[in-house]
Formats: sequence, C-alpha cells, structure tokens
Amino acid sequence: MPVRFEVNGKNVEVEVEPRLTLADCLRHNLRLTGTHVGCEHGVCGACTVIVDGAAVRACLMLAVQAENTKVVTVEGLSRDDGLTPLQASFRKHHALQCGFCTPGMITTAHALLSEEPDADAERVREVLSGNLCRCTGYVSIVEAVLDARAAYRKREGTAP
Amino acid sequence: MRPTNLLVGSAVERLEDLRFLRGRGQYVDDLARDGVLHAAILRSSIAHGRIRSIEIAAARALAGVHAVITAADMGKSVPIIPMRLQPLPEFHPFEQPVIADGKVRYVGEPIAVVLADSAAIAEDALALIEPDIEPLPAVANRRAAAKDDSILFEDKGTNLALTFRATRGDAAAAFGDAAYTRRETFRVQRHFALPMEPRGLLADWDAARGRLTVCGASKVPFFNRRILAKQIGLPEDAIEMVENDVGGGFGARGEFYPEDFLIPFAARHVGRPVKWTEDRREQLMAMNHAREAECDIEIACARDGRILGLRGHAFADMGAYMRTNGAVGARNIAQFMSGPYRIPNIDIDVSLLMTNKTPVGTYRGPGRFETDFFRERLLDMAAQDLGLDRVEFRRRNLVSAGEMPYPIATIAPFENRDELDSGDYQMTLERCLEEIDWGRKSRLQGREIDGRYHGLAVGCFIEGGAAGPKEGARLVLEPDGSLSVYVGSSAVGQGLETAFAQIAADAMEIPIDRIRGVFHGSTSYVSDGYGSYHSRAVVMGGSAILLAASALRDAIRSRAAHRLGCDPAAVEIVEGSKAVGPGGSSLPLVGIADEGISAEGSFLNKKHTYTYGAHAAHVAVDPKTGHVQLIDYVVVEDCGRIINPMMLRGQVIGSVVQGLGGAFMEDLAYDDQGQLLAGSLADYLIPTASDFPMIRAVVMEVHPSPINPLGAKGAGEGGIIAVGGVIANAVANALSSFSVQPRELPLTPSRVWHLLHDARRAEAAE
Repeated sequence: MPVRFEVNGKNVEVEVEPRLTLADCLRHNLRLTGTHVGCEHGVCGACTVIVDGAAVRACLMLAVQAENTKVVTVEGLSRDDGLTPLQASFRKHHALQCGFCTPGMITTAHALLSEEPDADAERVREVLSGNLCRCTGYVSIVEAVLDARAAYRKREGTAP
Repeated sequence: MRPTNLLVGSAVERLEDLRFLRGRGQYVDDLARDGVLHAAILRSSIAHGRIRSIEIAAARALAGVHAVITAADMGKSVPIIPMRLQPLPEFHPFEQPVIADGKVRYVGEPIAVVLADSAAIAEDALALIEPDIEPLPAVANRRAAAKDDSILFEDKGTNLALTFRATRGDAAAAFGDAAYTRRETFRVQRHFALPMEPRGLLADWDAARGRLTVCGASKVPFFNRRILAKQIGLPEDAIEMVENDVGGGFGARGEFYPEDFLIPFAARHVGRPVKWTEDRREQLMAMNHAREAECDIEIACARDGRILGLRGHAFADMGAYMRTNGAVGARNIAQFMSGPYRIPNIDIDVSLLMTNKTPVGTYRGPGRFETDFFRERLLDMAAQDLGLDRVEFRRRNLVSAGEMPYPIATIAPFENRDELDSGDYQMTLERCLEEIDWGRKSRLQGREIDGRYHGLAVGCFIEGGAAGPKEGARLVLEPDGSLSVYVGSSAVGQGLETAFAQIAADAMEIPIDRIRGVFHGSTSYVSDGYGSYHSRAVVMGGSAILLAASALRDAIRSRAAHRLGCDPAAVEIVEGSKAVGPGGSSLPLVGIADEGISAEGSFLNKKHTYTYGAHAAHVAVDPKTGHVQLIDYVVVEDCGRIINPMMLRGQVIGSVVQGLGGAFMEDLAYDDQGQLLAGSLADYLIPTASDFPMIRAVVMEVHPSPINPLGAKGAGEGGIIAVGGVIANAVANALSSFSVQPRELPLTPSRVWHLLHDARRAEAAE
C-alpha cells in the first residue's frame, strides 16, 4: 500500500507491505542507511528517528503509521559538509567508537535538547538510558550532550 | 621518528567520526546489490538430538523462495571449521561442521538456509520447514558433562576435550611447607561480547570470472579467506574479503562462523548475490559465548604474607563445539591466574568440557576476567585470615620493576615460555589508591550510612597484547604529495584509522591532513595480514607502518638522488615536503614520481607486551534490595607509548563498563534442558547510561615496551580484566559485618540479597 510522508524536508511516497517497519522502509526503500537496526524489539534505540518532533523507535513503528508525518533522520540533522554543534561535541568528547549506536544517540539527544536545553546530567542520563552503547561506557556521551546544551539555548525559539 | 613529533601522544579528534556522526558510515547491512537474495537460517530449537529428516518442500514452494539449503546440498562431506588459535590435534574431533550434520548439539545450530526475494519471505519460509529431530539427553552444565552419561561426540566417548596444565616451580613442596593455606571455589557466569551491530554478510559470485566477493569481513580476513578457499574449492586469490565499517568486535566478531561458509556457498549455489543480517535473537544464540568457568583453588602463604604457591583445578564450559579461538579463555585462566604477582610455585589445571550450549570463543580479556575474579577474591580472603592489610599484602607480592622480565607459568601441552616484559606494578597501585582517596575512604569500609553499607576494594592486573607472528603495511607517496596507508590490521570500531594516521604522519613528518586514507582489513590492500585480536593492532600494525615509512624515505631519497645527480645518502627529506641534495638543490615531493612511490614494511614479533595497572571501587549496598550502587571507580594503567590518550581513555572506560555488565547483570542462563533463557535484550541486560555514572581512567606511559619500535603495549582490554574481582571484593568489604563472601558472578540484586539473607540466618542459628 502507498504511504506518503516527509523525510528530512522532502516529500516521499513509498509502496510498502503493511508489515514493513519504518526503520526498514527508511533503510531499504529510501536508502537512508544512517538509521541503524540493532534489536528490532525497541530496547537498543539505534533506530531512533524524530517523528513530528518526538524521538521514536523506527523498529516499533510501521511505515504506514508514518502517513502525513514529518520524519527527521540523522542524515537530516546536518545539511552541509560540516557537523552540527551536537555532532561536533560528540567528536570533541570522543562520544563514539564503532559508530553503530551513534545515529540513535544523536537523534535522541537532539530531540531532548530541542525541548529541554537546560537538561541536567541526571536528566540526560535518564533519557539516554533507552539507547544502548557497548563501546564508550556512556561517560563521554553524557559529557558531549551536556556540552552541546549552549548551542540549543542560543537557538531556542528558532526552528532546529 | 622526528624529535618534534606532534601527533603521536596527542588527543587527535578521530577521522572516522565525520562519517559516523552524519549517518554516512557504511556497515554491511547498508550495502545494496541488484538481484540480491536474502538468507534466513533455521536454527535448532533442541539442544541435543539426532536429525531423522528435514522436510523442506513446503518452504521451497512458497512464492519468492529460490532455494533451501541443508547438509544434503554440501556434497560428499560437510566442511568443518578449523581452529585458528591452539589448533591442537586433540581438538579436531570437536570442531564444528558449517551446518548440522546428523546431530544437533546446541539451541541455535544452523539446520537449513532459505534464500528468498526478501528477508521477510525467507523468515516466513523458516516456519514451513519441518525438521524431525529425535531428542537426546541434554548436557546442560559442566558437572553433567563430566559424568559422560550423555555424550556429544560418541566417537570420542567423552565430553572432556582436553586438560591444560600451568606449572611453575614445585607447588607440592611449597604447599607441604606452608604456614597458611586456604582453598576456595568460585564461578563466573556465561556472558558474551554483544557488539551493537549484529553480524552480516553479503556474498557475490561472479561465475564468468570465477571470483567470489564477501563483504562483512572483520578481525582476521586473511585467515578466514584461507579457510573459505579450502572449504569452497577456490584459489585464495579468487576470493576478496571486504571489510566495511564494523559496529564493535570485542573478540567475538570476525571469527569464522558457520555463516561465513553458508552465505558465500549460497551465493555460488544460486549464482546471485546473497545477503544475511543476523537479528538480535540469533546473535544471542549464534555468536560466540564466553566466560563460563569454575575453579577449586588453593593458596599457600608464609606468615609474613609472602605468597608461596597457587594450585588447583578449573573447569571451562566450552559449549557444543571447539570454535576457532575457543581454547584461549581456558588457557588464559590457567596461565594468568598469578596475574601481576610473584608466585613462585604454581600447579593449575583446567578441564575443557563440552556441553549442549552455544560454543564459546574469546570476549575482551578472555580468561583474564575470570581468573582475576578468582585470584583477587582469594587474595582478600587470605589477607583477612593472615591479619594483613589487603593493600600491603598486594604490595608485598607484586612483581617488582627490578625483576623484569619476569617468567610466568608454562602451559602444557603448549610449552611456550612467556614473560612479563616491563613495568613498575606498585606505581600504578599507589596512584590508584591516591586517585580514589583510599586513605580517607578507608574509614567507610563496612560502615552503614543512611541505610546502605559502604565497601572499598583495589586489585591489580596485567593485560597481554601484541600477538605475533607479524603484520605488514604499505605506504604510498601519491603524485599529489599525499600519503596512503595500507595495512593488514582490521578495524572493529576502535579508531584504527586515526591511530595509524597519527603514526604514519609523524613517521613521514607530514600533517595529518596529508594522509589520503588508511586502508585496512580488506584482502585487496596488502599481500597478507594478521588482523586485530589480542590487543595487537596498534603494536603490530603501527610498528609495520614505522618500518614501511623508513623504507619509503629510502625510496624517496633514492628517486631524488637520481634526479639531483647525487648519492642517496646525501639526500635529506625536509619537513616531509622536499628532498634536499648537497649544495641545497631541492625537489618538492609533490610530483617527484608520476606514478607515486610505494614501500612496504613488515614487523615480526614473538614476544608479548604487558600493559598493567590497578582498579579501585567504592560501592554502597542496600541490604533491603541487594542493589549495589557504584559510587566511584578508578582505573590507572601504564600502556607504554600512548598513541592517542583520548582514544585510550575511551577504551578503558568502555571496557570497565562492559566489565560491570559482567559483574552485575549479564547472564546467558540456560535451563537443564539446554534451552537458552536470554533470547532478547529484555532478558540479557547490559549497562545503560544511568547505571554507572562515575568511572575514571588515568592512563600513563612510564614504561614503554622494550620489544617494539613504537614502545607501545596492547591496550583496550585492561579496563575489563579486573572488574569482577574488584567489585566482588568491594561488596564483601561492604558486607563484612555479616561475613558475606561472594563466590559467584553476577552480583545481581537477587544474589546479593540472598547472600545477605543466608549470612543473617547463619548468624541467628549460631
């Protein structure tokens, strides 16, 4: 069946089986492979994308449920060849190693800081606890997110 | 290396990050091919049984299914996966066939492969296959294995694959004379690497050219190509193994698994590209498990606290087959039980027992995590018995700098001699005590504050690295003056490209942005490679890069001399940008050769590096729930020459948190029928961002390794090795007023609560 939604600012129409997850649709039908699939049961958070402003597990959502929504994936966060302040902060703090969980961490943190640019360490840890990372031990990820808050405070009120 | 070397030793931001942060990494499942078929694998749901038949007709008839492959399609014999490390003849009968052949021996063993137009159709078809399996009694643990009532390999007549024995000095004599001895049993549970990216393969058979391309390779692609070539009947150079971005290895990814034959075989079978992506449930039952071991060991000391000897037995649960590196953990349990301590008399054997569970392999710090838990627990118990301060007890027994190189126990049937290479073990212990503020915190030991009992512990470790025999690198000065680095090491997500770019740029005296790329892992880049395991990539690959750089500088001098009309020895390469001859005549390196200049280097090594250090923990235990809160955790380690301190700290902290997973929560539990009880990430718990906020790492470079030109030591495993022992000792210390002695991991709230409950009951009964 056909499904129409917006991905990273572009309108798309895709023909999908009803059982296809949004994650698989993004990855295989739309070739946006930055969204990773780690568990397919909503625990690891690697597939997190932003749907109408909220961080959502794309493995727990069917593609057909995305009808008429606005989806942002990790590819949609940086529009040129540079890094966003959040991405640059991840690099500066060495908040990634193998990079597999990273897109989900970035989208989750982006959704959090867009809503709560003053989130404290405990809040950041609480929100990120839905995303599993096996490389970093999380210490550097939390530091990176906290350090990126300033950039979100500055642009509060403007579109992300 | 130039005196003004700028990059090695600096916290250079990683080159890899630019693609990973923007979703531009390319992992194997991200690859697409026209005409690709998707594979799904039917795995045994029975732990032990004889296959009577496999009915595939209904699955084959499903629309969109192109083939169903079973052992019957393998020709006259099903290929066997040979061991890569310790390939002893005794293990041969226990090696794994690439697909179940007559028997199934663990839940998760491949029985059939379906190829279909989509992964969803392939999975639908799995449900239509009907294997008829006659169940046999499952051997679900090492005790059942030792009874030999039910036997996995009937031809062998026993479930005992082999017994290793580590010896040094004369343990019997040492125990005979000892003033103090204590005997204890300990157990570490089965858990495993769980890299975040599941495994995956994409195989492409080019019938016209007779060539096979396999994407998804990692860790040891050259070795795996040798196995595959032999099994599939192709010359090695007809197979290309391609390493894509890799989402974590930790020892488990990149070994040769059944799928590493089945997917290329399937591609050739149907003449189309075939892709397989492991799902998480599959990974939990198919990827190498690790760690499950028990011991019954005894320590002997003099009254003054000198350790005189260590002896006893250990038992490693190997699972159903001897996989490529399955014996490493067991070997290390025996060989490294002495760790960084001076123990003159050792006699420890370890029995490798086959059970109906997923086969085991290495997981970061293989055997070392287990044996450090055994030893450090025993040391705290002995110190208490002897009335000695446990820090002072360790100080007295650490190998001193003056004793280096220090020989360690010899392993039979290997008989390879090994020695600790260098270091000042007491220095890292003292620094660790200082970092955690041991002096001030000592007062908290065993005290109840706001309803929780506080405990401290400190432990010492060594980490082996730099396995030989060699590694190769090739450097190319490109016509535009940039430098390409080709190396036989593999990336598994550890930041190899950045570390090697730092080493190569310094060796050639160029800025890092003149590194065109670091090309690694794939078999097309260098003629032979040995890969990334045993913390060897930086030491071996990095040293090979240094040697290649030296050869490249000679080649540049010789080319410049030819053009300047002088002797090569008279040419100097200045600032990595020009070749200057006698009298000041000079040539820019840009364009010095139209086709570029290439040079190779190969580093040979037979010795191991030993990174060393200490861990300390401060915990608080809630007696009502058994929950253990980690208040502070510090690691201090000396890894010799540090390439990138930021990346090294990242390795240490990440490694500690994996170790905390093993110490507190991770458990691949089985029932007595050999059914795996942890089939999802909701059952197999790993640390999350809210579990352990306070982990610190201090990395030092006081004692460079004397055995390689970089002076580097393998690092990245030291963070995990000591965690189990230190955490268990901290919990024992917190609950010392109840005489609680943890002897088994993981220390889940339930286990801690039961330990406390039992201790209170025992006290009340007295």
